[in-house]
Amino acid sequence: MDWLARLGASTLESLSALGRATQVLFGAVIAKPQPVKHFPLVVKQMYVVGVQSLLIIIVSGLFIGMVMALQGYTILVDYGAEGSLGPMVALSLLRELGPVVTALLFAGRAGSALTAEIGLMKATEQLSSLEMMAIDPLRRIIAPRLWAGIISMPMLALIFSAVGILGGHLVGVDWLGVDAGSYWSIMQATVEWNEDVLNGVIKSAVFALVVTWISVFKGYDAVPTSEGISKATTETVVYSSLAVLGLDFVLTALMFGIN
Amino acid sequence: MNSRKTELLVGAFVAMAIAAALMLAIHVANQGMESNGETYRLYAKFDNIGGLKERSAVKVGGVTIGRVDSIRLDPSDFTPVVEMTISKQYMEFPETSSVAVLTSGLLGEQYIGFTPGFSFDGIENLQDGDYIEDTKSALVLEDLIGQFLFGRDSE
Amino acid sequence: MKQTDNLVDIKDLTFRRGSRTIYDGISLQVPKGKITAVMGPSGIGKTTLLKLIGGQLRPDSGDILFRGESIPAMRRSRLFKVRRQMSMLFQSGALFTDMTVYDNIAYPLREHTRLEEDIIRTVVLLKLQSVGLRGAAGLMPSELSGGMARRAALARAIALDPDLIMYDEPFAGQDPISMGVLVKLIKQLNDSLGVTSIVVTHDVKEVLSIADYVYILANQKIIGSGTPDEVREDSSELVQQFLQGSADGPVPFHYPADELAKSLMEVR
Repeated sequence: MDWLARLGASTLESLSALGRATQVLFGAVIAKPQPVKHFPLVVKQMYVVGVQSLLIIIVSGLFIGMVMALQGYTILVDYGAEGSLGPMVALSLLRELGPVVTALLFAGRAGSALTAEIGLMKATEQLSSLEMMAIDPLRRIIAPRLWAGIISMPMLALIFSAVGILGGHLVGVDWLGVDAGSYWSIMQATVEWNEDVLNGVIKSAVFALVVTWISVFKGYDAVPTSEGISKATTETVVYSSLAVLGLDFVLTALMFGIN
Repeated sequence: MNSRKTELLVGAFVAMAIAAALMLAIHVANQGMESNGETYRLYAKFDNIGGLKERSAVKVGGVTIGRVDSIRLDPSDFTPVVEMTISKQYMEFPETSSVAVLTSGLLGEQYIGFTPGFSFDGIENLQDGDYIEDTKSALVLEDLIGQFLFGRDSE
Repeated sequence: MKQTDNLVDIKDLTFRRGSRTIYDGISLQVPKGKITAVMGPSGIGKTTLLKLIGGQLRPDSGDILFRGESIPAMRRSRLFKVRRQMSMLFQSGALFTDMTVYDNIAYPLREHTRLEEDIIRTVVLLKLQSVGLRGAAGLMPSELSGGMARRAALARAIALDPDLIMYDEPFAGQDPISMGVLVKLIKQLNDSLGVTSIVVTHDVKEVLSIADYVYILANQKIIGSGTPDEVREDSSELVQQFLQGSADGPVPFHYPADELAKSLMEVR
């Protein structure tokens, strides 16, 4: 009977955490947004979560594009189909790797930092202190971070894909000698704006919402001790990554699977 | 303070993202943007469509004029019907035009090769919703090999 | 008129955290314009009392009146209005770590008023002057010592000229000099601005020197109250143990446990 009770307890705890998380999301995003007053705060947070993630995104995108070109070339060249290298690199980046890898890197780079920052604000009573100043921390602290994440991540994913395609060009065309004309033209013939690029952006926006939401909630809900914050930070990365990979399957099935 | 620097960097970040989107739009997905213009529909029945897929290209002499929109089976005679959307720029094909399922290269993608027919007096142009009568099915490698072998036997 | 004399009036308050009872039916009054001290050993939830007054926590039963208006019964928007009349000095100072001292103090002004930036500048510099930190306006909170951070936080707490200031352990972990400075500041602010102060602390000597009225909390109840002189004469053993800081007494030295001999003999 003990395990049953534990199952019940953990179910109840998960449900109540989900409830609190929804409360945070609604309190921060939906209840009375103040776009004009909060715009500078969003810009500042975009610097923290967006600009400061740029380097890792560009470097990772470049290398992933280069590796894919190398791997793809060795396979395609056996069939004399190295002309298809362009669409292969572009489609995998736009549909999958761009949104997913960006989200995973974002969770590790910016998400964990958000959790730690908000958790520390809670531990040092800054959130309490805002409350006592009659300022809602959900709107002042959480909302700008949430918006900045939601705006920044699709942008990062676009940059990631673009850089990856250039990286593929670097290896495929400049090094392995695939014809530059066919790299671009076959890519153009295959890739569609709505089907491939926009769907990738939509995916990325969904990931952005989920990852940023998990990050700010974990910080806001953290036990305000050093142990609690370190646990919350770890959970942010783990939960975000799992959520991204799981959602990726669902979204892919919805977007590309049913034909 | 350094809030000005922050704003500048965020501006640069947004500009980069826009540049990336533009690059993807122009260099990577050129085709998709163009085909957003007005189109009309043509149908064709084939005995065998081989590896033709939705969104495969429809080409005249290598120039893409449209795409395969859907592929279904005609329930009355169990032959595949291919629905094509053709750009309105290319309206004036005569009824005698023919289509064939072709392959780009030895192992490349399959597409529909569209051959405009001759136009005589009394031959009208294809209209939205028309069927193209003259079709050539895809070449299926197994059938070809079979024909070759049986053809030799009978000699 | 008793109602108007007391800024805060706590009636028969009970508060539980999980199964643990923190307060069991306590009542206390905070007279307007006076310094009221709430003392008690660590870990009995003195900070909780301040959060209850601030409306961050809700009592399980009983009532808390602020100017005769019940805080637990307030709607959120009303509560936010009332909170502008109170401010709280947190134990850690709770300065926002991402802005300078100047911006920290300007922050409540910018959020809650529509003052011009040069008026805000005047106000901020005056507040900083009153805590003696005008020279530190451009520093970041991480560059301040503990005592300076607390003074800066005090300047922020008085930025909007509140009616009530709640001090959460203002003396904890301070060296004798900054402790003396803080004692002087609290007294001075109270006298010059006419604000009401609640000081929650376990530093007996410092607080008795400035408080007008003292409550001593222990075992979920108020065990003694009165003016500092009355409290010093209190006959309760518990109060005397607390005031004198003796190691053993009604509050036992040992955390409840089995007999030592028995614990040692236990076969593991």
